[in-house]
Amino acid sequence: MTTQTQDNIIVFDKVNKWYGNNFHVLRDIDLNVRRGERIVICGPSGSGKSTLIRCINRLEEHQEGRLVVDGTELSDDVKAIDKIRKEVGMVFQQFNLFPHLTVLENLTLSPMYVGKVPKKEAEEKAMVQLKRVRIAEQADKYPLQLSGGQQQRVAIARALCLTPKIMLFDEPTSALDPEMIKEVLDVMVAMADQGITMICVTHEMGFAKAVADRVIFMDQGQIVEQNTPNEFFNNPQTDRSKDFLSKILGH
Amino acid sequence: MADTIIFQSKPAREAPIKTEGLVPWVKTNLFANWQSTVTTLVVGALLLYYVPQFINWAILTATTTTNADACRADGVGACWGVVKEKYRLIIFGRYPFEEQWRPLVATLLMVGLLVASCTRYFWSKWLIIGWVVVLSAFFILMYGSLFGYFDVFGLTKVTTDRWGGLPLTIMLATLSIVLCFPVAICVALGRRSNLPAIRTFCTIYVELIRGVPLISVLFMASFMFPLFMPQGVTVDVLIRVVVGVTLFAAAYMAEVIRGGLQAMPKGQTEAAASLGLSYWQTQFKIILPQALAMVVPGIMNNFIGLFKDTSLVYIVSLYELTGSLGLALNSDADWRPYKLEGYLFIVSIYFVFCFAMSRYSLWIEKQLNKSKLR
Repeated sequence: MTTQTQDNIIVFDKVNKWYGNNFHVLRDIDLNVRRGERIVICGPSGSGKSTLIRCINRLEEHQEGRLVVDGTELSDDVKAIDKIRKEVGMVFQQFNLFPHLTVLENLTLSPMYVGKVPKKEAEEKAMVQLKRVRIAEQADKYPLQLSGGQQQRVAIARALCLTPKIMLFDEPTSALDPEMIKEVLDVMVAMADQGITMICVTHEMGFAKAVADRVIFMDQGQIVEQNTPNEFFNNPQTDRSKDFLSKILGH
Repeated sequence: MADTIIFQSKPAREAPIKTEGLVPWVKTNLFANWQSTVTTLVVGALLLYYVPQFINWAILTATTTTNADACRADGVGACWGVVKEKYRLIIFGRYPFEEQWRPLVATLLMVGLLVASCTRYFWSKWLIIGWVVVLSAFFILMYGSLFGYFDVFGLTKVTTDRWGGLPLTIMLATLSIVLCFPVAICVALGRRSNLPAIRTFCTIYVELIRGVPLISVLFMASFMFPLFMPQGVTVDVLIRVVVGVTLFAAAYMAEVIRGGLQAMPKGQTEAAASLGLSYWQTQFKIILPQALAMVVPGIMNNFIGLFKDTSLVYIVSLYELTGSLGLALNSDADWRPYKLEGYLFIVSIYFVFCFAMSRYSLWIEKQLNKSKLR
């Protein structure tokens, strides 16, 4: 049991969540994520994919069950939440960069005020991350002066500045033009080789095949099926996933 | 392979309809269609009729004599002598005549500091020290001492009921603006708080204050408040008025700021949370800078309104600029008929300040929009 919890960086144990009184959005979720594992979550809209990953850094709270992230159980304890948020980076569909700060300031804000890193050091680290996402020359621009793909790469760099153990991606390419999707996916593929635990909600099946260790298919708040990408795409087990795959791969 | 087709660019031609220059401007703005032509002609006729009359009254037939009888002669227009005769009473109110250099210096210091505070060059921690020094100096000059201390300059005491005119207007407006802003931010945040007690308190505060006129707030601050104080404890009427005006203005300002907060996308808070920022860090670093930038016109609207609302303190017998004009003219039967000239004089003073504030807000907007330019 101990070895299992050590290997598993994220453990969902019968997690349930409701919006309001009636909308049961997550239903008895059981999920173990191994350290360094790369997971792609897909499923129709409204299936609870985003809610699931937003529970991991407590942007949403669950009402039932246990959710343990890197040995810390998520509860109302503010200290635990703070600790987990330092270890979990998140990238959003709408980028959510801070438009009133320059790219560099976006990256140094959290290290300086949460991590108490001196300004100069924070800037040096930020430049390293910006080089990693190949956008260092835009450091002094404001986010809205960049293209969508560039903004999303800045958002990835910003999340990486906290040197997180886990990265969550909530449909990172859904708001982008086809040409920009590739530049963002390239950055994510490069990241995947570096041992960081990644959980990615996406419908980019090419990315899933290339990078994921496991694909999870969700519908109606439940995990319907999970398997290696190869098995999932070529040999889906349930009628629901067959139906879903026929729709997204059909054209 | 076929021969390459050579691309030939066409020479630039002149636009068939000119859109720049005087004649096109007049055409598009004054005589675009028959409605606009009619409007132009009517407005032009009215201007031609009234503007010369006003110029005739205000300048050509005006007199600057300080002899009230000469003003009554036939054919005499505006009688600016009233301003010449009464300007010290209008500007400084009931402040002792020989000591009026003190409010003059105090007001110049205050206005100077306000201008400095609005200038990017001076934005540093020295500004806070500047405020402490200037505010102290203001009260020492005006009152003669500061809470009974700094009595060393040998200035005679002038109690606050003698203060008046422009110094009082500027002091009331400045203090209320500076004090109401942080209160308003707290109330605006409080109304969106997750804690029901704080949210309810802030909502009740805003609704109560908005439900009553400023005059009644001032009246209560002045006459009701002392009844609730223990025997022998008195708070100066000026402080009570500043607190009253501040609380009043803060309720309105809070709603303007809340408008900005409502307009912030939820993603900004979520991104800040995912980066581990605390509630206050999120508000001060992420939410407020953007929310306040969005509502600069509304904020400045309130500030300008507040500046002019200070004239209502006459209800508690404080005579700021408007009040002291009444004071200066009502008591003098000779000059009482020339209120119009007196009002035009203080209107121009109000206008200078309000116009400066509105221009400044445009500059601020421009500064804040720099990050949005592509």
